[in-house]
Amino acid sequence: MNAKVSTKGASGKVAKNVSDTFSAQRRVSFGVLGRKRCLTHFSHRWWILAFIALYGVIALFVTNSYQQLIMTVVPVWAVMGLSWNLLSGYSGLISFGHAAFFGIGAYFVVLALIEFDLTPWIGIPIAGVLGAIAGLVIGIPTFRLRGHYFALAMLAYPLALLYVFEWLGYQEVAVPMKREAPAAYMQFADQRVYVFLALAMLLAAMIVTRLVERSRFGRSLLAIKQDETAAEASGIDTLRWKLKAITLSGAMAGVVGGFYAVVLLIVTPPAVFGMLVSAQALVVAMFGGVGTVWGPVIGAATLVPLADMLHAELGHIVPGIQGVIYGLAIIAVVRLAPEGVFWRVRDLLAGTMAERKPAAPAAPTRRNAAASAEHDTSAAPHPSSSARREAAHLSDAVEAVAAEDLPARGAELDRRRRAERLTNAPVVLEVRGLTKAFGGLHAVKDVSLDVREGEILGIIGPNGAGKTTLFNLLNGFTAPDAGRVRLYGEDVTGARPNRICRRGIGRTFQVVKPFARMTVAENVVVGAYVRAATDDDAAALAHAALETVGLAAAADRVAGRLTNRELRLMELARALASQPKLLLLDEILAGLSHDEVRELIDLIARLPDLGITAVIIEHTMHAMVRLVDRFVVLDHGAVLASGDPDTVTRDPAVIEAYLGRKWLEGHARDR
Amino acid sequence: MDAPQLIENFLQSLTAGVLTGTIYGLLCVGLTLIFGVMRVINFAQGDFMMLGMYFAFYCFGAIGGQIVFGDVVGPFVAALLAGPAVFIAGLVAHKALIAAVTGTGAAALEAEGHYAQLILTLGLSLVLQNAGLFAFGSAPVSISTPLSYSAWEVGPLYGDRISVFVNQGQTISALLAIGVAVALGLLLGHTRLGRSLRAAADNPRAAIYMGIDVERAYRLAFGFGVGITAIGGGLLASSYPFQPYVGLEYVIVMYAGVVLGGLGSVRGAFFGGLTIGLVQQLSALILPTQLQNTAIFVAFLAIILLRPQGLFGTAARRA
Repeated sequence: MNAKVSTKGASGKVAKNVSDTFSAQRRVSFGVLGRKRCLTHFSHRWWILAFIALYGVIALFVTNSYQQLIMTVVPVWAVMGLSWNLLSGYSGLISFGHAAFFGIGAYFVVLALIEFDLTPWIGIPIAGVLGAIAGLVIGIPTFRLRGHYFALAMLAYPLALLYVFEWLGYQEVAVPMKREAPAAYMQFADQRVYVFLALAMLLAAMIVTRLVERSRFGRSLLAIKQDETAAEASGIDTLRWKLKAITLSGAMAGVVGGFYAVVLLIVTPPAVFGMLVSAQALVVAMFGGVGTVWGPVIGAATLVPLADMLHAELGHIVPGIQGVIYGLAIIAVVRLAPEGVFWRVRDLLAGTMAERKPAAPAAPTRRNAAASAEHDTSAAPHPSSSARREAAHLSDAVEAVAAEDLPARGAELDRRRRAERLTNAPVVLEVRGLTKAFGGLHAVKDVSLDVREGEILGIIGPNGAGKTTLFNLLNGFTAPDAGRVRLYGEDVTGARPNRICRRGIGRTFQVVKPFARMTVAENVVVGAYVRAATDDDAAALAHAALETVGLAAAADRVAGRLTNRELRLMELARALASQPKLLLLDEILAGLSHDEVRELIDLIARLPDLGITAVIIEHTMHAMVRLVDRFVVLDHGAVLASGDPDTVTRDPAVIEAYLGRKWLEGHARDR
Repeated sequence: MDAPQLIENFLQSLTAGVLTGTIYGLLCVGLTLIFGVMRVINFAQGDFMMLGMYFAFYCFGAIGGQIVFGDVVGPFVAALLAGPAVFIAGLVAHKALIAAVTGTGAAALEAEGHYAQLILTLGLSLVLQNAGLFAFGSAPVSISTPLSYSAWEVGPLYGDRISVFVNQGQTISALLAIGVAVALGLLLGHTRLGRSLRAAADNPRAAIYMGIDVERAYRLAFGFGVGITAIGGGLLASSYPFQPYVGLEYVIVMYAGVVLGGLGSVRGAFFGGLTIGLVQQLSALILPTQLQNTAIFVAFLAIILLRPQGLFGTAARRA
């Protein structure tokens, strides 16, 4: 396996280092991990089979045709919920328009039967293909949108189709009865056959969901749900996975829509394209639990019989009671168990609710504030006080250097030698004239810099100096207005982030967003996909990276319970797992205690030995003076100064940028 | 069809487009207060509009508006009264349900609470629609007044060959819609209340430090938003038949208009709604009537896919 990993790695040197750390002993421990996962998978499989078998046995003894119909409709909506869950539950992109796929399937099966005498046995699989195509056709333009815009756009597709089908004159299309060969046309006198057919579809949908969930496919979707930009920066081709998800999801909905037409015998546009169809798919999944195979099944098994029976009992007095039930169910879920019944129950059983909740959001919220301040100068709440804090840090740093406190004499020599070697090292990253303006504000203005192999470069600057924007330009989040970025001489300007990651630029973020329910190892594995051909390779790379940052012991812990320090280390490991040549570290030291900063700095200092060149953004110079080979100081988007730490910290222009002219003048007078 | 006929049809559709579009503009102004300014997603906006329509309907008919104000003035008074009535309904709905996922409550949630808002208000929408079905029945109704059937004739122009009819009821509705929209614009721009709403939307936390009751600001904005849309609904009710599911069609109209106009701008939302009205009525020239709504949905998709920042907005900063 070692050999495989090293050939797969883009940079042989890095791969060798990583595979060296990955000793035989660890392979054993990872094998244990793998087997443990197999076990849970095994039990999942048995649970699924047991559930299906039990349902089938009950169906055998149900003779009331109304109850049989409900027993058919429950799996239908469970599959619809699974279809919705596959896209929206895992990727987090909420669809309000799954009725589009469902309706296309339903109408195709009925119309093909009427017009071409095509049996549903063939029609339903074709309906699945059409659903898949519809998913692709809808996905390609609509995935440009995110959040609520995506949801609203998805709403428009089925509603537009609804009116088109009404206009085409298909207000009410009935399935023609085939008296001669009913079975050949999926028409059975014994209603129980429909229950079994529906159950077979449910089994298939559950198996597909489990396969997706356990593979790179599902993990990539989860990564998108957590933070799409970070996923893209980890080398995940987000558009490709989202398109795969909506295609598969559309296929499932198309199949089940076609079957629904056969069961209900009459198709009308509102019944298959209407809002209630999309809403029902969403509600059963969200009620039962998103992002799990059981959620939609629980939701459908609870809500469908409830709504249908109430409709049968009270429908003549209270029309629309189904809608009320689904509406109330979803309101209750959002208010009481936002992730659905399944997770709520599981958390209660595991007793983890209380411990997990506060850990995850608390840290990001605080960091968010810092992030937005960094993004936008005008948003900084108290510029004067933060400048003063800066000043304190800088003067600390200046004094430290001046007193020759930190770099001892030997270290100083060492650093000179290193500097000499670095001037001859090949250029990893070449930035020329990079410029980006937002509206009238020049966030980054004509920045040029070189980063040499094995170097650690610190980029510093006051709030709003354009540091994060510069990183966003380097790793492809933002396209520059002008200028070029070259990686080992290759032009990567304006490439998509996942391509840039593939080429070897890794990145960490100011705001760490872990997959709170997944283990540390599972979190890190997402970063390794870009370099690994198989899931095993990815696991090996992930483990090696955890080893490097010293978090291997925590590999099986749930990420939601990590401390801030561990989160930072985990994020670093995730970036390392992609085996970058160049690593961009965005304020990785923020919010850490003195000792933790020291630990992380020692770790970063070892990156060049692993063949990784690093660029670090920091707010303050304080801790960095010891670490970096060179500083680049940004101010108002432009390079103010660059050079070794000694020179830069003594540069009057730098001091002025941090402390202001007045401070400088006052200081001069004091002297 | 000869040229004058075509021109007449075009002018007639244009007139209808401006008149309905103006009312759509008011609907959008209501939504933009919630979505554009406060950045809260309300999927049930169309259903609050439906409540406004039925309020106006019963206020005019059963409660006796018709008898007190007469056939001519009655419908407009009923429409305007729908505003305060739905305003109160909006306050209650916000207090009971939506407050938990907006304002300071939203900060801790994923994507600033947008998903929670979307899904919660979807649930509210389902409940309102189907409760409406129970309370009001499924048969379409409308408020009929003499003015709905009278029109001013403009023309004949070009030697008797072209004349355009301007519906009187719709014209008065449109003028009222403009009046309400302008009043709201003034309220937002020039009063203490308006400033506190905008401050609370901009930065809830900072607004709290400034002594603004952020929860109240969100609640009021929600109430005003649905109330104003309800007035628009009441004004529409005298020229279009409606049923309890009417909200779904208009929720797309409203979001299309708001997005088209650029988020956060009351004026933009009004003109966005106007544009959507024009698209709808002018599409009737080339498309069959059943596809008018499809035209709106396609326009909506085109707008958010191609210009999500709106026609009048500037490119938002991403990343």
